[in-house]
Amino acid sequence: MTAGSIGAMLDEWYPVGIFAQLGPAGRKTRLMGEPIEVAADGNGGASVTDSTGRALPVRVRYGHVWTSLGAPKKELFAIPEADQPGRRFVDVGVVRVRCSPLRAVENFLDIAHFPFVHTDILGAEPHTEVQAYKVEIREDVDEVWATQVEFYQPQAAKSASGGITTQYMYRVAAPTSTVLYKTCPPRPSEWDVITLFVQPLDEDLCDVWPWMALFDDDTPMTDLIHFQQTIFLQDRSILENQVPRLLPLDPGMEMPTRADLTSVAYRRWLKRHNYTYGAQLVAQ
Amino acid sequence: MMKLYDYILSPSCYKVRLMAALTGVTLDLRAVDFHPGLEHRGPELLALNPAGSIPILADGDLLLTESSAMLVHLAAEAAPDWLAGDTPREAARIQQWLSFSGRLTGSLGGARLHEMLLRPGDIGALQAQGIAALRELELGLVEQGERGQRFLAADRPTVADIACFPYVALAPDGGVPLDPYPAIRLWSRRLRSLPGFIEMPGIHRLHDLKPEPQYEASEG
Repeated sequence: MTAGSIGAMLDEWYPVGIFAQLGPAGRKTRLMGEPIEVAADGNGGASVTDSTGRALPVRVRYGHVWTSLGAPKKELFAIPEADQPGRRFVDVGVVRVRCSPLRAVENFLDIAHFPFVHTDILGAEPHTEVQAYKVEIREDVDEVWATQVEFYQPQAAKSASGGITTQYMYRVAAPTSTVLYKTCPPRPSEWDVITLFVQPLDEDLCDVWPWMALFDDDTPMTDLIHFQQTIFLQDRSILENQVPRLLPLDPGMEMPTRADLTSVAYRRWLKRHNYTYGAQLVAQ
Repeated sequence: MMKLYDYILSPSCYKVRLMAALTGVTLDLRAVDFHPGLEHRGPELLALNPAGSIPILADGDLLLTESSAMLVHLAAEAAPDWLAGDTPREAARIQQWLSFSGRLTGSLGGARLHEMLLRPGDIGALQAQGIAALRELELGLVEQGERGQRFLAADRPTVADIACFPYVALAPDGGVPLDPYPAIRLWSRRLRSLPGFIEMPGIHRLHDLKPEPQYEASEG
């Protein structure tokens, strides 16, 4: 397979652990092939070191520890909702997936699979049509955004009782981090925030750390975790069977449809920035 | 009502939910934060089950911590057809596969926890033991076919099928493909098409068994 290199993704931020679960003993893991160790630093923060003992940049944000193998040119992306009072923050827990980290993000951006993979939760036959929506690469923030997305969902959230038409906005904030804004059933003027933070271990292996910031005062925390784990584990078995394993950035044999606009924009944005770790550059 | 200490991603918990659904029993589900919270190792659940495992089933003063015992209890209460009955050989086969199911949990289940939730383990050994168990199961199903029986212990589904099905169906989660086992795949299909069957993440519904979409009917 023709693989990309770390390239421009070296200087980006990646999640490497749940902050609340860190102990001083540290957690050995890997970032883009490089062994690293993540530990509590004893002062209420976290430290990350590579195999030579070099201290890597660290941020503790959105329930997770973030680091970079390079020298980040930008601060970790902002999620203003993370500071909004009244929200509950949910560390959903790591799930390992044998797929390209870029494919994990791309699948999260896809709406058309809801009725078939998340049957009777996020979608149901025969409500399979994806209505027209807007996609743009926002030059000022350098992010991919999809807006005005609507989909009929039998059980859009743990807090939803019965089917509703759900509004969505999708945002790619970093090559392997994506944020979803979605109708909040108990508080219609706000958006629920559901993220997928992806830690690239290798080009075809990743640890996925979903995280949520929700308005929902009633549902027990464990039920919130299990709702999101259910959704993501339904995706996992699909992701592990995608061919080719790497995300193709050369259109080649693929025929995108209107429903794939977000995916097309994401791939174009990756290509433009040389974000190619986990990508297949030439159609096979 | 029976109370099940449950985790949505646990194949052993799913055995009990599936058995209850197939036999029309409603369970009171108590969600356990197995991952990432490790609640099953906390004081409340250790007091119920010192082994620190789930599922746990409470029915009045009866407390069960072994999933095979839970399947037998559900069947005995609600659907005796799912238990041994017709011949001594059938009864023995059911017991054989109920015990055998523990090997699936130890091998394929361990591989799945390692590959999916980063639990420790020797992945090569777990997968090799899982493959050995799958080959044995495949052979058992082929032999059943030669006896004219479509399920593991009889010509009807029994608790033995439900005890073995989840870890087998989820083997690919642990990096063990099911492609080499045609008898297992047909058996899985038979189980998934039983009335009342419920899925869990990683075990998908058989879409082709759903009613035809309405628009086709009205156009015809």
